[in-house]
Amino acid sequence: MSNQHRIVLGDLELVPHLSGAIFVPAHHTLIISDLHLEQGTSLARRGIHVPPFDTASTLAMLAAVISVHAPKRLVFLGDSFHDGDGEARLQGPHFSQLRQIALRQDTIWIVGNHDPEPPQLLGGVGADEIMLGGLTLRHEPKRHLKDECEIAGHLHPGCGLSLRGRHVRGKCFVADAKRLIMPAFGAYTGALSIRSDAFHGLFEAETTKIWMIGKSGLHRFSL
Amino acid sequence: MQLPNPFTSWFDARGWRPRPHQLEMLAHGLAGESALLISPTGGGKTLAGFLPSLVQLSEPHKNEGIHTLYVSPLKALAVDIARNLDAPIVDMALPITVETRTGDTPHSRRLRQRSTPPDILITTPEQMTLLIADPSAAHLLKNLKAVIIDELHSIVSSKRGVLLSLALTRLRAHAPQARFTGLSATVADPDALQAWLAPAGQTPVPLVLGRAGAAPAIHILASANRVPWSGHKALYAIPEIYAEIKKAKMALVFVNTRSQAELVFQELWTANEDHLPIALHHGSLDVAQRRKVEAAMAANSLKAVVCTSTLDLGIDWGDVDLVIHVGAPKGSSRLLQRIGRANHRLDEASNAILVPSNRFEVLECEAARRAASENAQDTEYPIVMKLDVLAQHIMACACAGSFFADEVFAEVKSAFTYRHLTRARFDQVLDYVATGGYALKAYERYAKLKIDTTGRYRLTHPLLIQRYKMNMGTIVAEEMLKVRIASVKNRAGKRTVTGGRVLGELEEYFLSQLSLGDTFLFGGEVLRFEGLDDFGALATRAPGRDPMIPSYAGGKFPLSTYIAERVRLLLADRAQWQLLPTQVQDWLNTQNWASAIPRADQMLVETFPRAEKHYLVCYPFEGRLAQQSLGMLLTRRLERWGAKPMGFVASEYALVIWTLADTSAMIASGRLSLAKLFDEDMLGDDLEAWLAESNLMKRSFRNCAIIAGLIERNFPGKEKTARQVTINTDLIYDALRSHQPDHVLLRAAWDDAADGLIDIHRLAALLKRIKNQILHKSLERVSPLAVPVLLEIGRESIYGEADDALLAEAADQLEAEATSLV
Repeated sequence: MSNQHRIVLGDLELVPHLSGAIFVPAHHTLIISDLHLEQGTSLARRGIHVPPFDTASTLAMLAAVISVHAPKRLVFLGDSFHDGDGEARLQGPHFSQLRQIALRQDTIWIVGNHDPEPPQLLGGVGADEIMLGGLTLRHEPKRHLKDECEIAGHLHPGCGLSLRGRHVRGKCFVADAKRLIMPAFGAYTGALSIRSDAFHGLFEAETTKIWMIGKSGLHRFSL
Repeated sequence: MQLPNPFTSWFDARGWRPRPHQLEMLAHGLAGESALLISPTGGGKTLAGFLPSLVQLSEPHKNEGIHTLYVSPLKALAVDIARNLDAPIVDMALPITVETRTGDTPHSRRLRQRSTPPDILITTPEQMTLLIADPSAAHLLKNLKAVIIDELHSIVSSKRGVLLSLALTRLRAHAPQARFTGLSATVADPDALQAWLAPAGQTPVPLVLGRAGAAPAIHILASANRVPWSGHKALYAIPEIYAEIKKAKMALVFVNTRSQAELVFQELWTANEDHLPIALHHGSLDVAQRRKVEAAMAANSLKAVVCTSTLDLGIDWGDVDLVIHVGAPKGSSRLLQRIGRANHRLDEASNAILVPSNRFEVLECEAARRAASENAQDTEYPIVMKLDVLAQHIMACACAGSFFADEVFAEVKSAFTYRHLTRARFDQVLDYVATGGYALKAYERYAKLKIDTTGRYRLTHPLLIQRYKMNMGTIVAEEMLKVRIASVKNRAGKRTVTGGRVLGELEEYFLSQLSLGDTFLFGGEVLRFEGLDDFGALATRAPGRDPMIPSYAGGKFPLSTYIAERVRLLLADRAQWQLLPTQVQDWLNTQNWASAIPRADQMLVETFPRAEKHYLVCYPFEGRLAQQSLGMLLTRRLERWGAKPMGFVASEYALVIWTLADTSAMIASGRLSLAKLFDEDMLGDDLEAWLAESNLMKRSFRNCAIIAGLIERNFPGKEKTARQVTINTDLIYDALRSHQPDHVLLRAAWDDAADGLIDIHRLAALLKRIKNQILHKSLERVSPLAVPVLLEIGRESIYGEADDALLAEAADQLEAEATSLV
């Protein structure tokens, strides 16, 4: 079902995936934002014992979406780890699994505010931002875009919808003609309403579209 | 038993005579015995509770720590109780110090209370728990003689009571000599309360009964207007309600939900030609606003107050002489409690008027009226064995000092509420508190509790105490956002919204459904939603506009089992119909002619076609929650058996399911068996499968995760809201379900859901009751009895549809129109 959706940004056609990933067919590139690996242990260090299953789940989802698209390039859009020590806390099997994933194709770790340094031992290369077919890929959306188009993450966009007394919420992709903000991929990552202040001024209301992630498909809305 | 001096003279001087139950309580108290006093309001109950302590403390004594702890569920009550105690203490010049301690008590006073404790400390259940979590508890409580628990009937039916019961076991350990006195309104089953007050396995505490008051005079409002088929607004009766208010000195107008309160208040205001002082009181209004209303009531300067359960309990606020109950009271005990708010003099009858908001509610009001007139109470059992509450208590014990697991287990098991706790379950909860309780043992090095060299459990970091104190308690409110009046400026095409005065709070859930410009009723005004900022919601006044009324969230209180049974009896007994209004009699007569009136032990099922669809309506009279669960389970079965169900709606009395297949024909041909459809085996796999995916379970899990301390709402030294820092409990729920389905918090969430949100026990009782007792009528068209629930379709949430189907439909519908995306 997600195959029916296309997001056009600049000259590129992007395919949003139910998992929250973006595939760029023209460049055989898969983009994934905000993995927040080792979020569980990061909270546990402060005595908040959330279940220690997030890294395993996130990696399983990651492996699944990679096997669907078999990309030649993999771009992580920042906040791949929940904090700076995340890589060191990866358990042995998770480390091997992620290293295998990173070595399978070209892998680029764009750094984020949670992980200002790229991973040291997992393979792949780090970057602050990169260009892909005329688009800039960076972690935090840039406030004023002049003559560029960007794909960013960081904000964990989400939206809610009310119909017949029911209220459904979910993560979403949100884009206008110049900018796409991707949902967070990690198993424990939440969503921030696109109505909240953090999104203010980032999108042009008339042209903005939202692709809400449902259980079995994406649903497109105008803002 | 006789009152000693100076108490006799004090009673004499006021022309009072000690009542028998006061003397009986005095005898128990002076003998150091625990006791339960059950007495209607106005019977001098609080004084009866304090009398033994006052007498004991009237002798000169050294200050040796707290003598008497008094616990009341209402913070607002503490100050009033302290003030009322002042009268005898000052009049008789007794050497007694009284202080209060609530969440509002300043830190400096708390410190002083620790160094120089008062003789009598008046406090709340939460403060009691904080007291036992304090390292100085043993010292403060070593000479404790008495614990008085007020409104015990109300406390035991919530998790607050469960937490309190655990705190009491600690008090008992520190002060084995202390007696426990419970004060309660009339209940159906005093045995449970008597057992609750005593250590498990020991004799229940003795019961003392106050004299019953005069029976209340309850009427059902006779309206000249037509009683509507369905809905909960009762707007048809506004002129008559207004007329009754005019006649009364001061009236309390009780409603069941906040949105009803807003609506009734607004309508009364519109009808208010005489400019009567009518006020509004509900839990979402700003505290200062509520205090203002209470003060005006106490000064008798109001004519009426429209209120919700916020005024159910508490002290007397002025000379209320009439209680009007809009909507059915749902339970006999609640009705009696609310009626008791009018006229606190024991010997005079309280006056009450019931205003049914639809035809079924006429039956329910009549059933409740008779039950209340006989002083018959609903049976409510104390809540027991909450694992999330136990987790919080274990943390409290750790904050007080290191402990042996064996000792705390023995202590916990001595509570009535945990008498069936197994050691294995206790260890599981203890392990959860220490490291999260995960099979992986992933967090051993991040443990909150560790076993030290002496074998005691000990906190790993002192900061955990502060975090515990900031997050303890069992009241998990919906996430609330402040609502502020905003000013909107449009300058050079740019719109700026600035927030001002706080009006109160609303559920984040409700606000998230609003679009910019939507209007809603709040605090008796029509407000226009102007957006959200960092502090909450912003709104402007929109007088004269039609409000988009807050969605009616169903009866907030479920129909009590007892009233439900009386409604079924009333319906089945035609001789009793003559007491009902003529239009309701006509309605029932037509039903009898067009379909059937079931016997009290039967359940009627009707099937009929209507507008291309086929309807199956049943009338269990078991309350909305149980019937929603039933609807969910029946649609799964009908789906499987090829009836193609499209949706269902449950009311308090009936359940309607609509299908594409002809259910009448399926039943006639034997392809669908009603006996099999309603078979009890639906509570097995079908229930499991449904619940796993249900949002109800997620809500229940969130509450447990917060109470058990997995998710912290407040953080020391940080101005962040919980939502920014913590992670979504739905995600944790999903992770636990797939990786560790036997986790103790899932168990706790399931227990809660079964008790409350899905009402499984009641559903089970229903299925048992109607076995072989289904009366089926295959009809040509909708029956009179079915009309109300059919009218709810479209007004109520429709269940049974997957979120994705809803989203897809919305995407189609909304693409072209203005959307309600938020």
